[in-house]
Amino acid sequence: MGEAKQVTLYGFWLSPYCALVHLALKLKGVAYEYVEEDLANKSATILQLNPVHQKVPVLVVDGKPVAESRVILEYIDETWAEPSFVPSDPYSRARVRFWVDFFYQRLIRTMPSHPLDDLSTIGTPRKVLANSMVPPSYAIIRSQGEELEKATKEFIEVLRILEKGIMEDFPRKGPFIHGSSPGLLDIIVGTGNAGTKAIEEVADVKLFNEEMTPQLYSYVHAFLSLDLVKNTVVPYDKVFEAIKERRMMALSSSKE
Amino acid sequence: MAEGENKGLVLLDFWVSPFGQRCRIALAEKGVEYEYREENLRDKSPLLLKSNPVHKKIPVLIHDGKPVCESLIIVQYIDEAWPDRAPLLPADSYARAQARFWADLVDKKMYESGTKLWKLKGEAQEEAKKEFIEILKLLEGELGDKKYFGGDTFGLVDIALVPFTAWFYSYEACANLSAEKEAPKLVPWVKRCRERESVSKSLPDPLKVYEFVCFLKKVYGIE
Repeated sequence: MGEAKQVTLYGFWLSPYCALVHLALKLKGVAYEYVEEDLANKSATILQLNPVHQKVPVLVVDGKPVAESRVILEYIDETWAEPSFVPSDPYSRARVRFWVDFFYQRLIRTMPSHPLDDLSTIGTPRKVLANSMVPPSYAIIRSQGEELEKATKEFIEVLRILEKGIMEDFPRKGPFIHGSSPGLLDIIVGTGNAGTKAIEEVADVKLFNEEMTPQLYSYVHAFLSLDLVKNTVVPYDKVFEAIKERRMMALSSSKE
Repeated sequence: MAEGENKGLVLLDFWVSPFGQRCRIALAEKGVEYEYREENLRDKSPLLLKSNPVHKKIPVLIHDGKPVCESLIIVQYIDEAWPDRAPLLPADSYARAQARFWADLVDKKMYESGTKLWKLKGEAQEEAKKEFIEILKLLEGELGDKKYFGGDTFGLVDIALVPFTAWFYSYEACANLSAEKEAPKLVPWVKRCRERESVSKSLPDPLKVYEFVCFLKKVYGIE
């Protein structure tokens, strides 16, 4: 165990990608500094630390920056050994990575860079993309009627596939998908919960509950019950307000 | 099921797929024997559909009956399953993060951007060309004067990117875009990679790729 590293996280308070990194660092017991970035007014620091994507989160460890949430999570896991976020055997590890990738591909982003990604563009007009081109969560936020029903079904289907896959690949051996302590999938699926719940309330749809996906529900519940998680996540009312505002803007702009 | 029936490695693949080629290169680097099975993507085998029910795509690496899917996940699996030789990722966690970052970038940008070059025409194609050139220059900048993207050792980023070099001829023929001219610093890297047997044996003849692209264009009704 070497000397403590100088760790700084550059983030945006509402970003779920940044939340992932907060949680990972806290679960590992890493002391770090947090710097809030104004996404509408990106600092020279962020442009310098992440010149390729110019986004948060960026984790800087002893002066060296790491960008992209999934890359950061694995980096954190490999730099601070305990508690481990991935299984030790290569095959199970490959399955964890598969489901993380599935979650990102189907639920978070369907394209390299999509509107919901770029929080700095809140309030500005966005390129109009078909619902099939945006993540189901965003499709739900901006849709009504038949389109809303379709997007809702898609979201639910993704969770159903995830539930089935996780049950097949990871036999139950603890309160978390990873086992007795939370791992990569727990962090990622668990962090998505607040946003999902807010979308349910704002758009008046049912997306995630015990009846539809009981295993995932119990895993997420276990994760969210941890004190560390409770003290780290963005307060629900703030998430709700943000989603509500997004839906209002999306629905009003679609009327123009 | 008889013991030993499922033993060994099977790679479900499609000859022209850059994603499949990544896996072939990784397996060759490790010197591991495997059975290559060509899939007909318009008539996918029951084994493929059973092994990758979620995406129904190649490549899939089946190891002792257990499927691994998604090319970069497969490459990392190959690296971790045979840790005693030819490391494809560096040991240091920061260097590994950099490798994953750039491999992820190649994944996000190259295929989609490259596809647009032969699928689109006119102004849209010009836009696509600009985008593609930007990506090439970004990669050129990252490579710098290094032997490989990871430094002295051939690894994940090289493996992620090099299959797309077999498409450079097609990009020139379809979009009048010469990758070599736009990113000259990549040229020695391409040559260096192709000198490796793992790469030269895994990549298709660029002319055959072009034949395939022309066939696809007919199918899509693009002139």
